[in-house]
Amino acid sequence: MNKPIIATTSLAGCFGCHMSILDIDDKILELIELVDFNKSPITDIKKFTRTVDIGIIEGGCCNSENIHILKYFRDNCKTLVSLGECAIMGGLPAMRNNIPIEECLKEAYLDGPSTHNPEGIMPNDEELPILLNKVYPCHEIVKIDYFLPGCPPRADLIWDALTALVTGEEMKLEYGVFKYD
Amino acid sequence: MDNQIKNITNKYLNSKHRLMDIFHDIQKKSGYISENDIKSISELLNISSVDVIQTLSFYHFFKKKENAKYNIYINESIVAQMYGHKRILQAFENATKTKLNSISADGNFGLYSTSDIGMGDQEPAAIINGVIFPKITTYRVKEIIKEFRKGKSAQDLVNSFGDGHNQDNLIRSMVSNNLNRRGRVIFSGYNSEDALDIIVDKTPEEILHVIKESNIRGRGGAGFPIGLKWQYCRQATGKTKYIVCNADEGEPGTFKDRVLLTELPKRVIVGMIIAAYAVGASKGIIYLRKEYDYLIPYLKNSLTEAEKNNLLGESIKGRKGFNFDIRIQLGGGAYVCGEETALLESCEGKRGEPRNRPPFPIEKGFLDNPTVINNVESLCAIPKIICKGAEWYRSLGTKQSSGTKLLSISGDVLYPGVFEVEWGMTIKDIIDMAGGLDTKAVQVGGPSGKLISKKEFSRRIAYEDLSTGGAIIVFNKTRNILDIVMNFTKFFIDESCGSCAPCRYLTVILKNKLQKIIDGKGVENDLLELKEWGKKMKIANRCGLGQSAANPILTSLENFRSDYEDAVQSDKKYISSFDLEKSILAGAKAASRFPAV
Repeated sequence: MNKPIIATTSLAGCFGCHMSILDIDDKILELIELVDFNKSPITDIKKFTRTVDIGIIEGGCCNSENIHILKYFRDNCKTLVSLGECAIMGGLPAMRNNIPIEECLKEAYLDGPSTHNPEGIMPNDEELPILLNKVYPCHEIVKIDYFLPGCPPRADLIWDALTALVTGEEMKLEYGVFKYD
Repeated sequence: MDNQIKNITNKYLNSKHRLMDIFHDIQKKSGYISENDIKSISELLNISSVDVIQTLSFYHFFKKKENAKYNIYINESIVAQMYGHKRILQAFENATKTKLNSISADGNFGLYSTSDIGMGDQEPAAIINGVIFPKITTYRVKEIIKEFRKGKSAQDLVNSFGDGHNQDNLIRSMVSNNLNRRGRVIFSGYNSEDALDIIVDKTPEEILHVIKESNIRGRGGAGFPIGLKWQYCRQATGKTKYIVCNADEGEPGTFKDRVLLTELPKRVIVGMIIAAYAVGASKGIIYLRKEYDYLIPYLKNSLTEAEKNNLLGESIKGRKGFNFDIRIQLGGGAYVCGEETALLESCEGKRGEPRNRPPFPIEKGFLDNPTVINNVESLCAIPKIICKGAEWYRSLGTKQSSGTKLLSISGDVLYPGVFEVEWGMTIKDIIDMAGGLDTKAVQVGGPSGKLISKKEFSRRIAYEDLSTGGAIIVFNKTRNILDIVMNFTKFFIDESCGSCAPCRYLTVILKNKLQKIIDGKGVENDLLELKEWGKKMKIANRCGLGQSAANPILTSLENFRSDYEDAVQSDKKYISSFDLEKSILAGAKAASRFPAV
């Protein structure tokens, strides 16, 4: 049987969830025995080279690029997993949701106490993605199959979930697994 | 410091518990409560300014910024919506050249929406500077605004009086009673004062016995046995005991208390006096919803009359030691204050947030004193029970639901209004009585009650079957169930006090989900989620408002499943309601970019 293939990405996240994936320590050697990686910051593969089995999304959607990437993942992954608080609920970036985007940009680029911007230019290069009016959780954009909570989700939780997905065995969800305060 | 404020707070003995009255008085004088007023109040009452602000900001009829000359509050209830609320709102917007929730450039007109104002039988209705304008047409809107521009006052524009005491010199209101059916208890002909002559010759225990024997239960909706409530309060320890009349009927679709307070204020007062005698209470409060403040001069006069006739005050009816007086507490526009512990908080000058129970108000109520809180209708029925006896009263209605019930019937019926009927009537008979045609659905008990379909029309209103506070809204076959549910859900969002997280957040999430379905982007799974999340509301909120906020969704999902199924796309597993083009508009504009998506 072919090894299952995994892809990962970080949208509006801090890469903390990816760090948690790496935090499975020496089990990463076992993991590599079990699976292959396709598009992912871990492999630095930029474009999907084939349809993959499991896509792991860190972070919510705060700009137009996040939306495109997320849809790109949905189109190329059989199963999509939201990993961590930001992907599931928007997380810290969503704290801006109650402040109009104009105000956020003004504070960041014009009025901030440490800002030096005498010409008053907002970042406007056409290469830059455009900010969304709010930060959205991934499941409001595309269908998400599984959610792994935590900030970040504990390494063991990620490991257990991945092995459950790969082996098809039911996952044990004990209370300790969800203790993440 | 402003002397005016000083005079006002002095009038209320500089008590922080009279904050509501202080706000009302200031707003009456200067139109709004300014930053300076807040500072003065906090100094005079010796409380922090944050304490002043938190009460002030809770009630939507209090204004912190300069108000317009004419403040127009348009009722947005479901019945108003059915009778052309949208048209009227547009007419007001056009005539005043202003948008909803703003003040016109000339400072003349402020346009606002408000939850049900208790005029379900004469929609669409609006409150302008405290004057109720029922049955408004687009023609009338133009006329009103034209006259306002000439400088006329809202009271000047009262062009007809309603029936009954609405014509009283102290009311002079365009509101009609629409009392369509008098029953044998509340609207029967007798002199309620006779009841007082009877009680002063008896002991409080004997009165308690009669009330308990009559089996009368609370008419606000929850149906707690009144005799028991009184007895518990009598047994509770406390120097001063209170009788509070809950006249904060805010459940959309109910308006019976409006008619009771207009036509039978004396019976309500006598009911309170009997309660006071039985419980051993010496103080009474009528908590009146702000929307009914046009009744205040009239109600105050009724209280004065009662005092003159020795029905209130000291040694009532010549019985030594029987002292009782009543004051009116005006609310500030908050549905949740109909919940008895929130009502008490409001009476104490605080935000109307429900308390944790126990302790129940009968032990620790107003200012921690033992307090009985009864609905207007409950109190109004008491004198008749005393006059005619418990057995007679029990002969009316059903076994567990004795007596009569006032129904406020509105919506798609020929004769909207108040009906006094015996408990046990079927929904079908109720619809026929009020003249409903092609009825598709009936909302029993307002938004917090149940939306029922034809298959349940044979059910009876009674505590043993369909219990209700009396709001009956009838919908005919042309009405869209999802629009009705949406209106109710928005109502709960507006009226949540925000204390419990599920009531604050989940209501909004449920509304968004419902909107997704209405927009044609719903899938089967959305229905499942509505149901599962709706059920959580029942277990995760403190008061009745939060616990029943998902009832419109849950009961309509149960009884009108096919309406939902028709609205969702059954062949799809997932549809997103996200719109990229719309979502980047603000961000692009802020950075002066005009992209192709």
